[in-house]
Amino acid sequence: MPALLDPAPNQNSCIASHPRASNVTVVATVKAFDVNAPNAKPAASLIARDDESALVSAAKAGDVSAFTELVTRYERKIYRLTLNITQNREDAEDAMQDAFLKSYQHLDGFEGGSRFYTWLVRIAVNEALMKLRKRRPNQFSLDEPVTTDEESFPREIQDWGPSPEQKFARVELNEILNGAVTELDPAYRVAFLLRDVEELSTEETAKMLGISVPAVKSRLLRARLKLRQKLNPYFRSTTS
Amino acid sequence: MNCRGVIAELSSYFDDALDPQVAADLERHLQGCKKCRVIVDTTRKTIEIYCNAEPVPLPEEVRQRLHTVLRVRLGMKAN
Repeated sequence: MPALLDPAPNQNSCIASHPRASNVTVVATVKAFDVNAPNAKPAASLIARDDESALVSAAKAGDVSAFTELVTRYERKIYRLTLNITQNREDAEDAMQDAFLKSYQHLDGFEGGSRFYTWLVRIAVNEALMKLRKRRPNQFSLDEPVTTDEESFPREIQDWGPSPEQKFARVELNEILNGAVTELDPAYRVAFLLRDVEELSTEETAKMLGISVPAVKSRLLRARLKLRQKLNPYFRSTTS
Repeated sequence: MNCRGVIAELSSYFDDALDPQVAADLERHLQGCKKCRVIVDTTRKTIEIYCNAEPVPLPEEVRQRLHTVLRVRLGMKAN
């Protein structure tokens, strides 16, 4: 039976975790700690500090090392985000640096009503969008691109099998995924990145981009369908 | 619900944001329409693949420059 008849579209998947934090996020965080903190403090200290709000409180009170730990925890994800938005390594690095600097400078303004990471993402998205607009002032717009329903409607309809991504080595897969995202119109790309990669809620995404919730939904649908279409040549089953 | 209706509601269906009656209509359509089943399945797979993808590596020199900037501008210690 095709996987799509599995009657649990909202369970046991990334989709299931929207808009809540997912296991993927936790795994990425742990990896960032392991990989990027060769001089990290002993385990007991790590455990004591392994709480975002405690780190934020300490940083607010002037503990610079607590903020450094927050940076270490999120630098990979923030770099991925700024690189995905700007599609330019230099701009991505500048946006990341500015995002961390601004987040530290405005830490007092962080009320704690949302996760620190979500707040940080908002700053990073703004910085990345500024870079994008500066580099491509006449090309980039967050306004709704003109797309007809006919363009959005799926054309190639072939099954992919259960684990199409396993047909490719990780490096190759990343190239395929990045290539498809890069080709998206920026307005679609940013909505998709915030919603499906950063796993923000539709409401958070709308607030961050200054657009309506229906506009986010519309862009997200089109982005998802366009990406499906772009990935189809790589992932379709040869036997179907 | 017809095929266009399924596509229109696809995102809301994935995000569990559909009225239960509409979701039931959509699933009834899926049972009888192989094309829509494939579209639903492959679009869901698209989201999952991106969601599960490893973050791009942060080049060590980029990371070093970040921490240098923070150290100089904010008085942070090296990490």
